[in-house]
Amino acid sequence: MGDASLSLILAFIIFTILTLGGALGVVMNRNLFRGTIWLMVSLFGAAGHFVLLSAPFLAAVQVLVYIGAIAILFTFAVMLTRSLTQISDRFTRLWWNVGGAGILFVVLVGTVILPVWGGFTPSNDILFANVADTTQLGIALVDRGSETTQGFVLPFELASLLLTAAMIGAIVIARDADDDEKGKRS
Amino acid sequence: MDCIGLCKLIFDAGVRNQELARFIGSLIGVLLVSGVPLLTVIVLIWVERKVAARIQDRIAPNRVGPFGLLQTFADLAKLLIKEDITPTAADRILYNAAPIVSFASVVAIWAVIPFMFANNPEGAIVGVDLDIGVLYFVAVASLGTLAIMTAGWASNNKYALLGAFRVVALLVSYEIPLVFALIIPVMFAGSMSLVDIVEAQSHMWFIFMAPVAALLFFTSSQAETGRAPFDLIEAESELVAGFNIEYSGMKFGMFFAAEFLHVFTNGILMAILFMGGYLGLFYQAIPPLGFLWLGLKGAVVYFVFLWLRNTVPRLRIDQVMGFNWFFLVPVSIINVILTSLILKLMQVSGFAPTNFATSNLGEMLPLTIVMLLKDVVIIAFILGRLGQEGRRARIEEQRANEALTAAAVGD
Repeated sequence: MGDASLSLILAFIIFTILTLGGALGVVMNRNLFRGTIWLMVSLFGAAGHFVLLSAPFLAAVQVLVYIGAIAILFTFAVMLTRSLTQISDRFTRLWWNVGGAGILFVVLVGTVILPVWGGFTPSNDILFANVADTTQLGIALVDRGSETTQGFVLPFELASLLLTAAMIGAIVIARDADDDEKGKRS
Repeated sequence: MDCIGLCKLIFDAGVRNQELARFIGSLIGVLLVSGVPLLTVIVLIWVERKVAARIQDRIAPNRVGPFGLLQTFADLAKLLIKEDITPTAADRILYNAAPIVSFASVVAIWAVIPFMFANNPEGAIVGVDLDIGVLYFVAVASLGTLAIMTAGWASNNKYALLGAFRVVALLVSYEIPLVFALIIPVMFAGSMSLVDIVEAQSHMWFIFMAPVAALLFFTSSQAETGRAPFDLIEAESELVAGFNIEYSGMKFGMFFAAEFLHVFTNGILMAILFMGGYLGLFYQAIPPLGFLWLGLKGAVVYFVFLWLRNTVPRLRIDQVMGFNWFFLVPVSIINVILTSLILKLMQVSGFAPTNFATSNLGEMLPLTIVMLLKDVVIIAFILGRLGQEGRRARIEEQRANEALTAAAVGD
């Protein structure tokens, strides 16, 4: 795709509005449940950006994992803590934080976004050249051999180690004490 | 990007702007693809009521139109002119959005369903041939869970919220065996595109190679639609009506239409993933015949869904959870491990083709037989364990009874 077509620009603008608007909704909403819904809107926008970057696999995983699983867990947790759904306290004296966030925003825009900003033209860098079938997908994700694919074996293994640790921790916290342990304590 | 197919037709018809022609072409495509399920659901409601009535030895609606065919339209008119109530304490926006999301999540699945064979780059008439079709289906279907939860919460009703809680427990857990069952056809076809999966079954349907996976998919999709024996979300006797208790008029109708359509969509998906989709006699010579084959296969599975729904009683929540975590999940994991191992071994040793679509029946046969044997072993093992457990439970019950009688006689 050489020149940016109108529909691509339009899609980019819509997804950006969804992402940023959803993020604004998360921090500005006083209702926690609505906040999680806004979070899903924002994540959906990010999934749209993945599609524009020709990475449909990542887009589907984004919807599946983040909206379908994690955000639903959020809503579940929020529903269980009903007293928290309406926050009436107002936090209006956080000027230092506002200033810090503003500086961070300017720094991020200036150093990260502006140097790579190339107008609305879609970039020719494609995340995965081809994921037509599962073999190519697996190669794109974990192969370290070729030059085009970097391979994500190490990050993948690290992430799974982290998740295992988190799961073991959750089980340790959640499970009841054994009879032996109870006996020792008493 | 080139302008082919529908886009070319519109371009030649006088719209001299490629961009515009492509846009109109996509628009017509979207309308057609979403129109099929929207029209189907009107018939489905009638079919569902007729089948349910016959199973329960009733006659079902037979007054409006021939065989009661127009009953759905009468109901539709009733639902549309009914008073639309929004509870005062409800979250107005989310309350109104939930039915739309619920229905849209089902209709969106139809975007990747290949309807019939076609001589185009995709190889089929399909909304869009995504490389990740199966993943897309799982992702979109999970939005339905969200819609039901939002409905339960936004109604601001305790029964509705209880229904929503059960949704999380039920739908999220049954997604695990569903996805594990989906991996099997993906492994066979070597692709997640639904068109490729259909093409890979040209010589052998996957239901013969992986009956256990097909059964797992069938069971967990019955649970995903929230139907008996898994209809805890709307258990009338326990939750009044579950998550949709506060809904009235067409919003209630949309939840119901979404459920009916979801069941049929699962039937169609089952036909595509395991029964060869549009493949059948003369599907290449007369493409519309493929559409008929797909519909027929889907309808057969749909009928079994209805049959099961109207035959079995509702399970308790702990039974449903136990059935999933202690039965379906272990079986599906073992099935995936064994299938992948055998498939790889046979492919490496040359007994099985690596590309199913371009092989022939003779090459497919050894793999099919081995896979079938493996599934028979799995099923025999499961049945053996179930029989053992049943016998143990019976003996325990008998002992308890004997103890009771002895105690009674002793007095």
